[in-house]
Amino acid sequence: MLTIDRAIVDAIVAHARRDHPDEACGIVSGPVGADRPMRHIPMDNAARSMTFYEFDSMEQLRVWREMDDRDEEPVVIYHSHTATEAYPSRTDADLAGWPEAHYLLVSTRDPDTTQIRSFRIADGAVTEEPVQLVDGQHADDQRVADAAVDRNAVQSYLFGQTPTTVDYECRSAH
Amino acid sequence: MAINVRIPTILRSYTGGAKAVEGTGETLGDLLTNLDGSHPGLRDRLVTAGSLHRFVNVYVNDEDVRFLAPSGLTPLDVKLDDGDTVTILPAVAGGAADRAAAGGAGGPVPAGR
Repeated sequence: MLTIDRAIVDAIVAHARRDHPDEACGIVSGPVGADRPMRHIPMDNAARSMTFYEFDSMEQLRVWREMDDRDEEPVVIYHSHTATEAYPSRTDADLAGWPEAHYLLVSTRDPDTTQIRSFRIADGAVTEEPVQLVDGQHADDQRVADAAVDRNAVQSYLFGQTPTTVDYECRSAH
Repeated sequence: MAINVRIPTILRSYTGGAKAVEGTGETLGDLLTNLDGSHPGLRDRLVTAGSLHRFVNVYVNDEDVRFLAPSGLTPLDVKLDDGDTVTILPAVAGGAADRAAAGGAGGPVPAGR
């Protein structure tokens, strides 16, 4: 299960809406081994494409070094699909190089509803997992605040009720 | 020549879990061949048909080897010096398009195939 602060998800969704119809991408880092996404880092999509994303290699090195210095790792790797559902494509599965990360997919296909789903991808095998949104104590990242300013960009989520925590059932069997 | 090589998590099965290993080589290609002697299989995850995989990033010190390659030569021809640090990071890439449409000659590193 992915447990993630609602404010970070809001920021990710805002990023995806902002870059629509191009795919948006980024990570959420957190302390090594803690499985806690804390710091939202939007990344450039070097491919600038509606159907493909790729981190810029030099930005990736800089961000990965920074994580090393802070004893962090990429807990969440996210990207958007802008004309299809939030499910990993064959490309996504083939190219997923970080089996310890949660792959969060955001679909901005529907202008009114944003779909968010999370997956583990290891050796090309895709396994969906539940997402639990929590409110509260988050993230020491100024970029979260920046990105979250555009509240209008944040639409209702597919699993969008509004209790403090929301679980939704995974569709795939483990 | 001792070159320090930083290994990403996904490839640590080849290094007994080590985050960094040492190798030698005049060029990146030599280094990877040398490493394959001590860590069999590692090179195949990075190189196919004599070329660095499209979706693997390799840096010498702070430079992407794709930008360091002399004109007319490939990233594997990049010269190394004693004390250099080579960092291997799987690219982070994907997208809705299937891979043929995306133009990627894929990288076995990520999926291990």
